[in-house]
Amino acid sequence: MSLLGITFASAAQAEWQLNMPTGVTELSAETYGLHMMVFWWCVAIGIVVFGVMIYSLIKHRKAAGAKPAKFTHSMTAEILWTAVPVVILLIMAVPAAETMVKLEDSRDPDLTIVITGYQWRWHYKYQDEGLDFYSSLALPSLEARGKQSGIDPNTVDNYLLEVDRPVVVPVGAKVRLLVTSNDVVHSWWVPELAIKKDAVPGMVNEAWFRATETGTYRGQCTELCGRGHGYMPIVVEVVEPDAYQAWVDTRKDGAPQVAATQ
Amino acid sequence: MATAAADITDHHDDHGPAKGIGRWLFSTNHKDIGTMYLLFSLVMFFVGGAMAMVIRSELAVPGLQFVDPGFFNSMTTMHALIMVFGAVMPAFVGLANWMIPLMIGAPDMALPRMNNWSFWILPVAFGILLSTLFMPGGAPASGWTMYPPLVLQTGDAFPFLIFSVHLMGISSIMGSINVIVTIINMRAPDMSLLKMPIFVWTWLITAYLLIAVMPVLAGAVTMLLTDQFFGTSFFLAAGGGDPVMFQHIFWFFGHPEVYIMILPAFGVVSEIIPTFSRKKLFGHDSMVYAASSIAFLSFIVWAHHMFTVGMPLTGQLFFMFATMLIAVPTGVKVFNWVATMWRGSMTFETPMLFALAFVFLFTIGGFSGLMLAIQPADVQYHDTYFVVAHFHYVLVPGSIFALMAGAYYWLPKWTGYYYNETLGKLHFWMSTIFVNVTFFPMHFLGLAGMPRRIPDYSTQFADFNFIASIGAMGFGLSQLIFLLVLLTAKKGAKADDRVWEGAHGLEWTVPSPAPWHTFTTPPKNRIAEESF
Repeated sequence: MSLLGITFASAAQAEWQLNMPTGVTELSAETYGLHMMVFWWCVAIGIVVFGVMIYSLIKHRKAAGAKPAKFTHSMTAEILWTAVPVVILLIMAVPAAETMVKLEDSRDPDLTIVITGYQWRWHYKYQDEGLDFYSSLALPSLEARGKQSGIDPNTVDNYLLEVDRPVVVPVGAKVRLLVTSNDVVHSWWVPELAIKKDAVPGMVNEAWFRATETGTYRGQCTELCGRGHGYMPIVVEVVEPDAYQAWVDTRKDGAPQVAATQ
Repeated sequence: MATAAADITDHHDDHGPAKGIGRWLFSTNHKDIGTMYLLFSLVMFFVGGAMAMVIRSELAVPGLQFVDPGFFNSMTTMHALIMVFGAVMPAFVGLANWMIPLMIGAPDMALPRMNNWSFWILPVAFGILLSTLFMPGGAPASGWTMYPPLVLQTGDAFPFLIFSVHLMGISSIMGSINVIVTIINMRAPDMSLLKMPIFVWTWLITAYLLIAVMPVLAGAVTMLLTDQFFGTSFFLAAGGGDPVMFQHIFWFFGHPEVYIMILPAFGVVSEIIPTFSRKKLFGHDSMVYAASSIAFLSFIVWAHHMFTVGMPLTGQLFFMFATMLIAVPTGVKVFNWVATMWRGSMTFETPMLFALAFVFLFTIGGFSGLMLAIQPADVQYHDTYFVVAHFHYVLVPGSIFALMAGAYYWLPKWTGYYYNETLGKLHFWMSTIFVNVTFFPMHFLGLAGMPRRIPDYSTQFADFNFIASIGAMGFGLSQLIFLLVLLTAKKGAKADDRVWEGAHGLEWTVPSPAPWHTFTTPPKNRIAEESF
């Protein structure tokens, strides 16, 4: 029976996810939109170019009796296939630049979190709430990650994507992240928030997001940072404002570091 | 025709190649050195491939089965260094050595002794690099990009890494000087620059790129060396340095480097498609201008590798626009190849098959490259398997397939015999199927959120990783067919001078196999009839 459970669990986790998540912020949705726009342009160009090529491969075979033509250039064609791509690129560039301007605008945040990368965990400091903590790989994953650990990763919930202490933020709030590192370069990435920012020692990078939906969003370090690079996940819990306030209050009391939603 | 052939060979019957190992150690002959480059790169291809097999074995299923994370990082690092500097680059230098003098009607490379030296540095450089696998602290594990401060955590291997990179750079620079001097000074009298075959053109541009950027890489790694051992703080924040500066310098080298690996591939494909379409290359001159534009743009797009590092908005906008522009000349190249095939009379021997797969699959890599240029989207793609998929599409069915195409194309000229066409086609189909099985699912993995350079992953990535690993094993095994082709290369039918029905160019006017010395007197008035 338990074996059956495991099989089902692993089947459920095997998602065959094909595409980028739309995410839960306005800008993650815009990013997804840009991604899909360029993708469909590429598909369209691909259909035309590969279509012509495949037609030629079928029709212009020696075995099909084709005789080679003599032409070696065509000014019209060459101007056309230089100018048309320029126009297509402009169509792509304008919305991309618009999104980039919005991404830069981290003014007037409701909440600021300083994120510091360490080999191999993250440290979070809530600048105005006066609380800070380390966030490391959760114990079940830690036990299963060893070489020949004897624990099937499929039996571990959110294998390698669970932490002991998640970041908790209120829904709808503009959260500003100040990202830096204590040792080597790391990178803080949560796909659903469309934020990936390098944590560079000696430098403070800025990013921001405003989550529109409550939930648990997972990510990982995405800049090679040594042998523990695969083992420093990120978990962000977006909760209702009062749940967030309750979480801040318990944390300030030094109570057990468990997220409000768990 | 017969008298011309006599011209080419007669004078030098009295001194053929030296006997024994001395022929290779002291060789100043462009053909022998070309052969050595090609064989060396083939060995490195299998060494780097073996490392890829370690990586894909570990990643086949979730959990850690075979290697420790540190060794895994060494494998990704060494795989990249060996494939980039040991397999792809020397292979193109090998083709350049063999074919440039034959294509421009020169008796040899302009600087034959330096040619010998630039080759023989390579086995030493890679001997040093591979020896780090056995050193305390293990082989370099900071990725081939060698970002500080992480790279400074390398163990005893660190100075050996820097020294071997220096040696590879010296070898490349000398090889490039040789290519440039040969092409500028030793062309057949009536071969003007714009009459040169495209392969020669792309190599000329590549050689300039190499001379421009290899010293930059040398400078960057030297600064790493002094940061580690001599108390400087170029890249150390604690001492007032800037880790990001290394990334800027590295990618100022690194982006032209990727065109160094693809421009000669463009050249090879531009030779092969006209031959098997029995039609002149469409837009020869625009191919030259396109390659030159790509080379120019390659110097002003480097920071698109660093969109997440923290840059001013204006900087990001500039690098995004410049990067998108590359699509224009690259598109021109693809359109010209298609226009060359259009209303041709095509046959599909192995070189043509590899060249066609190149056009299809390199274009797919180009599409993902365009997607990566869009900065906000790149933030999501950056350092994920989407990027791994992208650069493997442009390097494996891109550069490697072009090299395979070139090898099959010129093999009869080198050996004097046709290779086994059945084996060649088998090699092609196996490679093409498995390369897609390996790398296409990686797009999905990256979009679903799997970072690159991790030894283990969450279970939702399991299925596509398993497929990619199956594909990788299949691709690796398929390359053994190529070994079989080489071992049986002299067992086929005797090749005539022209080898391929539609082949044009001076290299097809010399006998097959090409004698040890060719064009001791420059070919005259033969360019018009041979040139495209």
